[in-house]
Amino acid sequence: MNMIQAINSALDVLMDRDPNIVVMGEDVGYFGGVFRATAGLQSKYGKTRVFDTPISELGIIGVAVGMGAYGLRPVPEIQFADYIYPALDQLVSEAARLRYRSAGDFTAPITVRSPFGGGIFGGQTHSQSPEGIFTHVSGLKTVIPSTPYDAKGLLIAAIEDNDPVIFFEPKRIYNGPFSGHYDRPAQNWSQHPAGEVPDGYYRIDLGKAQVVRPGEALTVLAYGTMVHVCAGVIEEQGIDAELIDLRTLLPLDIETIEASVKKTGRCMIVHEATRTSGFGAELSALVQERCFYHLEAPIERVTGYDTPYPHSLEWAYFPGPVRIGEALKKIMKD
Amino acid sequence: MSSRPNLPPLRLHVPEPSFRPGDDADFSAFDIPAAGAAPRPAVEATPHDFRDLSYSLVRVLDDDGRAVGPWDPKLSPDTVRAILKAMALTRAFDERMYRAQRQGKTSFYMKCTGEEAIACAQAFALHRDDMCFPSYRQQGLLIARDWPLVDMMNQIYSNKGDRLQGKQLPIMYSTKEGSFFSISGNLATQLPQAVGWAMASAIKGDTRIAATWCGEGSTAEGDFHSAMTFATVYKAPVILNVVNNQWAISSFSGFAGGEATTFAARAIGYGIAGLRVDGNDALAVYAATERAAERARTNQGPTLIEFFTYRAEGHSTSDDPSAYRSAQEREKWPLGDPISRLKQHLVTIGEWDDERHAAMDLDCANAVKAAQKEAEKNGILGHGMHQPMSTMFEGVFETLPWHLEEQRQEMLAEARAAGIETT
Repeated sequence: MNMIQAINSALDVLMDRDPNIVVMGEDVGYFGGVFRATAGLQSKYGKTRVFDTPISELGIIGVAVGMGAYGLRPVPEIQFADYIYPALDQLVSEAARLRYRSAGDFTAPITVRSPFGGGIFGGQTHSQSPEGIFTHVSGLKTVIPSTPYDAKGLLIAAIEDNDPVIFFEPKRIYNGPFSGHYDRPAQNWSQHPAGEVPDGYYRIDLGKAQVVRPGEALTVLAYGTMVHVCAGVIEEQGIDAELIDLRTLLPLDIETIEASVKKTGRCMIVHEATRTSGFGAELSALVQERCFYHLEAPIERVTGYDTPYPHSLEWAYFPGPVRIGEALKKIMKD
Repeated sequence: MSSRPNLPPLRLHVPEPSFRPGDDADFSAFDIPAAGAAPRPAVEATPHDFRDLSYSLVRVLDDDGRAVGPWDPKLSPDTVRAILKAMALTRAFDERMYRAQRQGKTSFYMKCTGEEAIACAQAFALHRDDMCFPSYRQQGLLIARDWPLVDMMNQIYSNKGDRLQGKQLPIMYSTKEGSFFSISGNLATQLPQAVGWAMASAIKGDTRIAATWCGEGSTAEGDFHSAMTFATVYKAPVILNVVNNQWAISSFSGFAGGEATTFAARAIGYGIAGLRVDGNDALAVYAATERAAERARTNQGPTLIEFFTYRAEGHSTSDDPSAYRSAQEREKWPLGDPISRLKQHLVTIGEWDDERHAAMDLDCANAVKAAQKEAEKNGILGHGMHQPMSTMFEGVFETLPWHLEEQRQEMLAEARAAGIETT
């Protein structure tokens, strides 16, 4: 399966098991979603469980919060993460706070799916990575898969979770892993082991990172598309790096990170999102606080620049093999 | 800036209320339709049939206190007395809690004086398990539903008995059991949530409906538009109530668009049934809500009701209305006081008298006083009888993640080191 099919399969498997799951969003119903993630679900489960919505992100999330309070388990879709901002008040002030402010009387068991990230010539409003906005909000969980296998297992866990989850899908790798070499032919998931996805139910618990490649020389922390870009660069450079795919940003798997950095003594953090106050800053602070006496070099961050996502200069902006490669050399020299 | 001498310069219109501090308030130009004049559409009427009602005013009680016209809900005297009692108890509760705030027993309070008919009469027109998504000025819903006053006060005091564990600002009640949704400080967010709850009820083939409230000021929020759009698209079984009390803190209704049209008329553009109702006429409030509930319950879709009323007191304990409006407004308000009007009605039909009214007021005052005494046994704000410090970390998530557990331990260790009581 590719990642789209894996996500579709997760929704299908769970909707079949739990009649309280409803899927809603712009174009997700009859048409099956602009990325086809919800294809076939409406004809299988009916219009009252899979339906199109008006173009109103605040409405989609506001309505989902109300449905959650009723007892449903809504899975709203925001067509692009770049368009999630009109719903911020409902996510930050409502979904995230509902359990807390009502002392558990009401909850918002919703999973907001949204394609995110760049590398597709999406320009300013089809490329953003706003995860740092959500990890800063107490009461939200943030999940970002990097393979079809993980996407299905994590989405199942997210929907079954009784807290609101922001589930960002790296759309650059919907169809295949991406090494960052945009000039090479596109790959697809059928050649990748994580493209093998079971048809039935399985879950990957939230809050658990995965060591994608064990190593001794340094620790690389990444998520989403950047996991594959980093894997490619590590291989090309022949460095014995330990590559960790965080998978869940919040709650974070701090144990895996800490054990790795204490072993390697070096840490590099890679994300597409802009640098200042990005999630990498939190990772860097945690590693510094917990692994200070084990560090042999300053923690390195390779991120998007602090600019809006450009169109024509995408490959200069994107943290690709050149930028990550240089950073790798630098951190090993330090 | 381009200027063409043959064209007049453009001018920005900034609305201004009719009366400011020091002005005489004069509402004589104010057009009040006669009680009984508005027609009452059938349950199966289309939203279009409500069009004129969006610009009118549904009124039942005439100046002599008689119930007239097609909207007379023909309630039994017992029910009318029960509504009156709920309103009187709400007012007594407000008085007492306002004073408690002034005495420093809590940080904050908001009264609903002059608006009691809306929440109280509506509670009687809804089923007990219809889900309410209120704003912060519908305490009458809880009181009319006989929710324990002590429980409400515990919340106001943020004390050991507070079910919300002192996590919320006073008056931001929440009770699933009372079908009263957790109040949020963020205005109008409850509107799309109510629509979603109603949609969920319809998805599951339930028979319960949802109702939600906001002030006229909050209709300017994007949530109002989204709620109206989703409500009409899915014909959600929901009642959207706009309490037009003329004032949003210091801003008069003109700043929410009220100069140009009515708030009920907003419904027309969405294809929703719209009603404009005398909010100080408890019988009209009841009748309008009953009709809207019937429409929702029979899958006729949503109804928007504008309740025309007046915020008789300050916005909150942090507000002084004499700084921005005429002190005369309250006494000259042409729709009067909801409690006096319902009392007069009961007296007119021979079901009430001054003596019984005074006895009821005394009962209410005593009930509130007794509840306050009981609640204060659990503590008042800032006197140490709060929840254990570690409860601060509970309920952020269903289970405590490691980073919150670490922060909890950090806090407790620091407090212990400083000799601070943590439980």
